[in-house]
Amino acid sequence: MSVSSKIQDVFNEPGCSKNANKSAKDKKKGCTKALQPGGAAGGCAFDGAKIALQPFADVAHLVHGPIACEGNSWDNRGSASSGPTLWRTSFTTDMTEQDVVFGGEKKLFKACKEIIEKYDPPAIFVYQTCVPAMIGDDIGAVCKAASQKFGKPVIPVNVPGFVGPKNLGNKLAGEALLDYVIGTVEPEYTTPYDINIIGEFNLAGEFWQVKPLLDELGIRILSCISGDGRYNEVASSHRARATMMVCSKAMINVARKMEERYGIPFFEGSFYGIEDTSDSLKELARLLIERGADPELMDRVNALCEREEKRAYAAIAKLKPRVQGKKVLLITGGVKSWSVVAALMEAGFEMVGTSVKKSTREDKERIKELMGQDAHLIEDMKPRDMYKMLRDARADIMLSGGRSQFVALKATMPWLDINQERHQCYMGYVGMVNLVKEIDRTLSNPVWKKVRKPAPWAKVGDSWQERALAQIAQEQAELAADPAKAEEVRRAKAVCMCKGVTLGAIEDAIRGGAATTEAVKEKTAASGGCGACAVRIQEILDQGAIVGQPTQQINVAAE
Amino acid sequence: MAIVTHSRKSAAVNPLKMSQPIGAALAFMGLRGCMPLLHGSQGCTSFGLVLFVRHFKEAIPMQTTAMSEVATVLGGFENVEQAVLNIVNRTKPEIIGIASTGVTETKGDDVEGFIRLIRQRHPELKDFPLVYVSTPDFTGAFQDGWEKAVTNLVRELVRKPENAARKDMKAVNVLPGSHLTPGDIEELRTIIEDFGLEPTFLPDIGQSLDGHIPDDFTPTTIGGVGVEEVAAMGNAGWTIAVGAQMRAAAEAMQEKTGVPYRLFEKLCGLEAGDELIAFLTEISGRPAPTKYRRQRGQLIDAMLDGHFHIGGRKLAIGAEPDMLYDIGSLLHDMGAQIEAAVTTTQSPVLEKLETQEVVIGDLEDLETLAKERACDLLVTHAHGRQAAERLKIPFHRMGIPTFDRIGAAHEVSVGYRGARDLIFKIANLIIAHREANAHVTPDTWRYPWGELAGAEENGAAIATPVTH
Repeated sequence: MSVSSKIQDVFNEPGCSKNANKSAKDKKKGCTKALQPGGAAGGCAFDGAKIALQPFADVAHLVHGPIACEGNSWDNRGSASSGPTLWRTSFTTDMTEQDVVFGGEKKLFKACKEIIEKYDPPAIFVYQTCVPAMIGDDIGAVCKAASQKFGKPVIPVNVPGFVGPKNLGNKLAGEALLDYVIGTVEPEYTTPYDINIIGEFNLAGEFWQVKPLLDELGIRILSCISGDGRYNEVASSHRARATMMVCSKAMINVARKMEERYGIPFFEGSFYGIEDTSDSLKELARLLIERGADPELMDRVNALCEREEKRAYAAIAKLKPRVQGKKVLLITGGVKSWSVVAALMEAGFEMVGTSVKKSTREDKERIKELMGQDAHLIEDMKPRDMYKMLRDARADIMLSGGRSQFVALKATMPWLDINQERHQCYMGYVGMVNLVKEIDRTLSNPVWKKVRKPAPWAKVGDSWQERALAQIAQEQAELAADPAKAEEVRRAKAVCMCKGVTLGAIEDAIRGGAATTEAVKEKTAASGGCGACAVRIQEILDQGAIVGQPTQQINVAAE
Repeated sequence: MAIVTHSRKSAAVNPLKMSQPIGAALAFMGLRGCMPLLHGSQGCTSFGLVLFVRHFKEAIPMQTTAMSEVATVLGGFENVEQAVLNIVNRTKPEIIGIASTGVTETKGDDVEGFIRLIRQRHPELKDFPLVYVSTPDFTGAFQDGWEKAVTNLVRELVRKPENAARKDMKAVNVLPGSHLTPGDIEELRTIIEDFGLEPTFLPDIGQSLDGHIPDDFTPTTIGGVGVEEVAAMGNAGWTIAVGAQMRAAAEAMQEKTGVPYRLFEKLCGLEAGDELIAFLTEISGRPAPTKYRRQRGQLIDAMLDGHFHIGGRKLAIGAEPDMLYDIGSLLHDMGAQIEAAVTTTQSPVLEKLETQEVVIGDLEDLETLAKERACDLLVTHAHGRQAAERLKIPFHRMGIPTFDRIGAAHEVSVGYRGARDLIFKIANLIIAHREANAHVTPDTWRYPWGELAGAEENGAAIATPVTH
């Protein structure tokens, strides 16, 4: 299958609820955001494929392309391996001008030979990048020839960066596993307790906070795709009885197609948060029992969950006096926000900035989406606005993804990373206790008081914080005095971050007759990317009466 | 005097090299209010961005033309135009530096033509500084990208002086190579200012990537040399170029403005420091301040104290040519033998290095040579960490990227003081490694001539008989 038809196939993912909600036209466009030149910040498809597959620890990962793709990026993943280190060895064909002119296929073949001779891995994954794709290097043919010649699986992963963003790369990586790897090896033995975990990358080794629990229950991880994974495990993963898809929909195509081909049922679960961990363990047990495991498994799972929950809450209760009443501003869509919220509230933290109440499932969904949207917003935020936001929210600490790190720190605000770049382990029961401890450690650090002290030459009222606030106040005053300008600013606020659609454009669309979210999407291209702003659009619709005026009237007023 | 060889492998293993476009991007980051823009797929930018964020521990301004497959095939004019307009509207930069990548060079996009067309179509950008540099990923290395970017910045931004006779003899241009850290640039600035001179650095990452808390926050670079200051560089009395990579830029400056240049291939160590101080004394007409006389003494003392530890060490060093020559020479002067030297790209300084052979290759080559030749000191960037672990030898991290330690921006090696501190650091590393790993026991010396096979298994190899 060519890359383009593969991409179409991947986009047509019935297992994805976001996809199922899209119109036929949107479905065809797929989940690829139309990237904005000069306004994009994410990785490419190749990056995504590498993230998804590189944690296979015993495989040689060979990047076919010029030095940029691998030389600028290698050994930058926080996954952990319990054994082989080959995944951290970097291999690239380092294409030169000569290769670009004459073609890189021979070099790629020779590279496979060198790697097998020197490192003897169970398999090589060959990643296609933009330049060889442009000059027509057929990595499929080279991999086939190399597999035959050397008697080793050499797997083509066809992911030139320019075909799309990271999440597409995740899926294309999954397709490579489905096409060439899964089902090619039979496991030595099977048990009714064999499971696959998909989409778990064992960052900082945090999955090992959960694995002992599975071991205790006698549940065997036949294959983890791909954290601490091994080639032969994933190759024989078609014999598992159940699949847990962790957290993200990044590799939903793998889970669904394995269900289709091998009858392995899957569910989407999470090991972040105390309740979520229990829920996931119970769901795993339920699926296994359905497929023939002894029903007593559920009793043991229930007992284990009860025991671990008790221990976790007891540990959190001990920390309670230290953190009670401290205010946390949580901005993330990455980690399952709701799980974190529940654990933090249990510890006595107060959540600010978002209206978080323990209530219905829809509320939870809404909070998640709102937080996802805010995480987007914060990337564009100026430090002084962030400082003001934290001040206005009277927050003591901000939890967010790595991207806002430097902005938060420059605003001398306590900050903790709770997305994927972190080095701390927050998974499982013990992970939530770790999170509370980390927040306490950050909050109780005297460093914040020290770094906020004014310099000896500073004049009263002249610190950057005070100047920032004054500046913001002045700008607001100017806007208050100039309604036309204020309206312009109000309308210019971006609602859809992916496509850069403003509030004004959405209001115009509504005024133009769009009465549903769908109609607004159709008219403005909003919500065509991550979909997180659909909630906002609904809110704007719900407000009914439009506050602002159409653009033309403003222009007239301004004149 | 070394011979330069190429590693002849099809698979580069554990690259030492990084690509040209991000070298160019880093150079652009030394300009104030700048947004570097890579013309390529978004991954081209994102990998570089992550690399710099991990090295500098700072937010890094870097944008992409986000070329899709279709745009690549059809040509990237619209993407470049849109990117420039978006950046101008969103981030209000003072300058945009554009570097091409492997993708757009393979297609053959005529970016200079694109820029002309953009200026035509958008008259408001007629005089807006848009500096382009061609940096295909499949040729050269990081240092080459930096070199080309700085050369083009000189060609495009520096004004021809109206009256060559009205030179400002106090003004000195400094063109630092990519091997200098923001800390190095600060040190150099201090030294030059102490002679009553007024240096302008192009690029000046000492002001933009030094990790300061700025007064004013912008999404572009915070600090760095301003476009107007660069334009005025043609009035300076002298240009100081640091590293052989900066010869092209210095010559471009001379050609355009008549400002003569002096190239310093090295700035680390006693001789290099002497040459710099002598030159500054000469052009400023001032005697060397007492401070430097004392610092010179301190460096000599450090060399005497340090030679016990560094002398006789077998050095394996992997770095881009100018850093290799600078730091390799310092350690050679301290008595280390350069047994394994690996670099990324061609340079006239390579054959001057005091060793047999310099390999243009990767970290696998360095590791293999280090093992064969029993090296006991490793100097390279942070990607050497896996090799160091396997080789079990002391490892000094130097260069970009240094992602697993903090403070990389403030490491200093230039001048007397920089060399002094570097010697202390490396010597201390060797001492700590020896203390942790070498324990002398009666068995250490039981078979001093190695006549018994298997002596190593008895533990004799744990301690090196040559202890300092």
